[in-house]
Amino acid sequence: MPDTLTKFIFGRLTLDSLPLHEPIVVATFVAVALGGIALLGAITYFKLWTYLWREWFTSVDHKKIGIMYMVLGLVMLLRGFSDAIMMRLQQAIAFNGSEGYLNSHHYDQIFTAHGVIMIFFVAMPFVTGLMNFVVPLQIGARDVSFPFLNNFSFWMTVGGAILVMASLFVGEFARTGWLAYPPLSGIGYSPDVGVDYYIWALQVAGVGTTLSGINLICTIIKMRAPGMTMMRMPVFTWTSLCTNVLIVASFPVLTAVLSLLALDRYVGTNFFTNDFGGNPMMYVNLIWIWGHPEVYILILPLFGVFSEVTSTFSGKRLFGYTSMVYATVVITILSYLVWLHHFFTMGSGASVNSFFGITTMIISIPTGAKIFNWLFTMYRGRIRFELPMMWTIAFMLTFVVGGMTGVLLAVPPADFVLHNSLFLIAHFHNVIIGGVLFGLFAGIAYWWPKAFGFKLDPFWGKVSFWCWVVGFWFAFMPLYILGLMGVTRRMRVFDDPSLQIWFVIAAFGAVLIAAGIAAFLIQIVVSIRKREALTDPTGDPWDGRTLEWSTSSPPPAYNFAFTPVVRDNDAWWDMKKAGYARPLSGFKPIHMPSNTGTGVVLAAFSVALGFGLIWYIWWLAALSFVCLIATAIGHTFNYHRDFHIPAAEVTQTEEARTTLLAAQG
Amino acid sequence: MKRFGALLLFPLAGLLSGCDLVVLAPAGDVAAQQRDLLVVSTLLMLVIIIPVMTLTVFFAWRYRQSNAAATYAPDWDHSTKLELVIWAAPLLIIICLGALTWLGTHLLDPYRRIDRIEPGQPVTEAHKPLRVEVVALDWKWLFIYPDYGIASVNELAAPVNQPIDFRITSSAVMNSFYIPALAGQIYAMPAMETKLHAVINRPGTYSGFSANYSGAGFSGMRFAFHGLSDQAFDQWVTQARTAPATLSRENYLDLEKPSENEPVRHYASVDPGLFGAILNLCVERGKMCMNEMMSIDAKGGLGLAGVRNTLPLQYDKLARRGAVFGNDPSYVASICTAEEAAAAARAASDVTPKDWPARNLSPLRGAGLLRPGTESRRAEADTPSLGLLRREL
Repeated sequence: MPDTLTKFIFGRLTLDSLPLHEPIVVATFVAVALGGIALLGAITYFKLWTYLWREWFTSVDHKKIGIMYMVLGLVMLLRGFSDAIMMRLQQAIAFNGSEGYLNSHHYDQIFTAHGVIMIFFVAMPFVTGLMNFVVPLQIGARDVSFPFLNNFSFWMTVGGAILVMASLFVGEFARTGWLAYPPLSGIGYSPDVGVDYYIWALQVAGVGTTLSGINLICTIIKMRAPGMTMMRMPVFTWTSLCTNVLIVASFPVLTAVLSLLALDRYVGTNFFTNDFGGNPMMYVNLIWIWGHPEVYILILPLFGVFSEVTSTFSGKRLFGYTSMVYATVVITILSYLVWLHHFFTMGSGASVNSFFGITTMIISIPTGAKIFNWLFTMYRGRIRFELPMMWTIAFMLTFVVGGMTGVLLAVPPADFVLHNSLFLIAHFHNVIIGGVLFGLFAGIAYWWPKAFGFKLDPFWGKVSFWCWVVGFWFAFMPLYILGLMGVTRRMRVFDDPSLQIWFVIAAFGAVLIAAGIAAFLIQIVVSIRKREALTDPTGDPWDGRTLEWSTSSPPPAYNFAFTPVVRDNDAWWDMKKAGYARPLSGFKPIHMPSNTGTGVVLAAFSVALGFGLIWYIWWLAALSFVCLIATAIGHTFNYHRDFHIPAAEVTQTEEARTTLLAAQG
Repeated sequence: MKRFGALLLFPLAGLLSGCDLVVLAPAGDVAAQQRDLLVVSTLLMLVIIIPVMTLTVFFAWRYRQSNAAATYAPDWDHSTKLELVIWAAPLLIIICLGALTWLGTHLLDPYRRIDRIEPGQPVTEAHKPLRVEVVALDWKWLFIYPDYGIASVNELAAPVNQPIDFRITSSAVMNSFYIPALAGQIYAMPAMETKLHAVINRPGTYSGFSANYSGAGFSGMRFAFHGLSDQAFDQWVTQARTAPATLSRENYLDLEKPSENEPVRHYASVDPGLFGAILNLCVERGKMCMNEMMSIDAKGGLGLAGVRNTLPLQYDKLARRGAVFGNDPSYVASICTAEEAAAAARAASDVTPKDWPARNLSPLRGAGLLRPGTESRRAEADTPSLGLLRREL
């Protein structure tokens, strides 16, 4: 009887579920626990809880939410990178009969977690955070269309991240690879909680991503400053718009396919099983119908960043704005017509394969046009090699190589010999690190002064830059070569000793990248300490061209005291040239949304719901589901949604800025 | 600086010469053609990549802020001619590459019979293809040679310069069958058959493996592929025929259980229907084959009542557990005619004919049929009521 009771209360969660037999996990847990306790202790000691809760966690300000997304991305980057370096170490030593230091149970979780975390909880939060922070400022808006939804989206993303992190210490994560192909991910071959963690973490985070996509589309369509027609939008806003269209159109597919997989696992349906008419190939198709647009979701906003950065630091209008916009739109549409190139080897006919191969190649045309546009933006410019521009040059030199290997993999017969090999791994890290990550670092260095009012320290920035760029080439060029030697991905041990040297070089590259990450963290700390020296009182440290540089740094809660009027596509540049004078009087009360804690509460219930479903704790799942619905309904009765910032306060803030600007001369 | 660069390249060249870039130097004609396409595509793309990289570095250097001598045109942002070039140049390359892709993909379609042994040596009547049936198991490879009635585990042999026709499937999860020296890979999927046609031109021992992660024992899922002269291949076959083990269905079910790093094994004889049974998920005796079920479904199926036409799955592949809210794992054993089932039901119960049947008995459950482990259903293939079905199969 007590056994039944325990089962009822804890589902399949037992003491054995804690990975006490894995010393590495236990050590990590101890380190994380100590660090966590220290952090929580410090917050309590400095009495920061109320501040954090009032000013950040419950905030509906798009700038603060954007920054919180970036923090989430950074924290998860550390986790995802730890996985990466563990893999590199394992593959560098598992030769000559050595099993390495990771058993397959642990290693298989690591490469799955690395992929899932890097895509969903590093790249996505970074990209979403950047769009959240920058887009409303660039279009001259005071916030996004649905500020509460924005806060809720963020916390759902955090909820997903919490579930993934929980899997490290309670139970296990999936051992299926990051896309969890059935039948391996079905209940028959993965009966443990790993795949359930995968499903529910992505479902919870997916809600956040989808809603945030809807929010940003609405914001861009409806909230642009007067005069900003579609063809006067900054390119970053354009790429953000396209990205969010992709999100809204593709994430429901992910939600659906994971729901079908969940049905297979929970109620015994046969969508993707071998028996009874199930078809795993359908899963592979569906997940890539989401998965391919996903890579453009990640890269497009960074194309926007590079456009802004190149134009600003070359002191020149962007070359071929119109073709840049059309290239972005074409990429957006084409990204839906290429998914099959991820599985040419699944046995489709030659005509189908060549169709998808050729559509994939066609994408390289607008992408190539973009590269040329940046190139000709630099042409006859005055290029200042500040950090963002350095990242951009590194991107252009790195990304074209990744693009080339990508087109190579789009040739089906070539793909037959390179598919799933380390060549493929090298290719997509080449575009994701060389494109997305370099772009994020460019974007962070570029907009950091806008967010905090001081620049990032250039010395540590350069250290980080060189470690990353050199580390990247060391870490991934050997993988290209290994791919040509016919070495496949996700291997834990090797029997050919001649391969080892390449893995050692790759591991060395990973160490350099680790140094790059460390230097980046040091850069942030050093910059905060030296913020007086690095301060930028003007709000326009780079001689910017778009509207975000017209307001103060950091911008006031209301962003713009008066909504700017746009006459050209580099609006701020145009205003500066036209001798724009800041209005100094006539301020009116500003209508703003109120903070609310509902997003945090809803996300917490979602995490509890996910946890209950993962561990078969049905009472918890039912209870948190009811609470989730009740809270959502309850929130609709919250009538304290908005308030007005009094004109006096606006006047005070603006006058303070006037004084500051006057002091600069 | 230049000398420094050369010094850096030297150890790289040394390293590269020491390793075996099998994808770039394969021993089979199909892989060689794939390699050619890879090289040509790369060169074609370098036509545009190299100028772009050069221009990037050149512009970055030329238009640096400190170079006051360079022209500065802050408002120059459009040139129709230039835009035409930057869209047209990649377009031209992609047109060439697209044409190559279309041709190459059709010529090198793995499902297509090869038409040449080597450049200039077409396949003739004299070349009788070697048929090999490949099964990816957890976590080893089974190769069945239907022409010779033998089988091997984790070792594949083929005579050089003779076409090989592979039929590939998997027992449980997805894998990918790949011998880099021979030809490109193709997925091995449970309940599905993929095909690969290839030829090996140089004798030697090459490595083959699964190129799609399939679980814990994936790393050890490797096999040796021997390209042998005709004589050596005959010897290999003879040697396999003298192996003590044979591969019956029961032995296969043992072999199929998950195991890692399996040694090479040979089987002197193989159950002739084994590959078909693996493909149709019916190696366990008494389990209905998928193609039979599909044939029934193609005729309109058994309707809703057919859902009940299943038996609990007794053979448990991987300590398999069912979905928490779902039924126990089950399978379809067989179906029978209305008369047979009614007779079986009458025999099994005391129900009087006037109570029976209460409703239309067709389609029927699998009541009264053979249980797994008893005599093969196929043994009674002459049951007239099943004749219709059989003809379809």
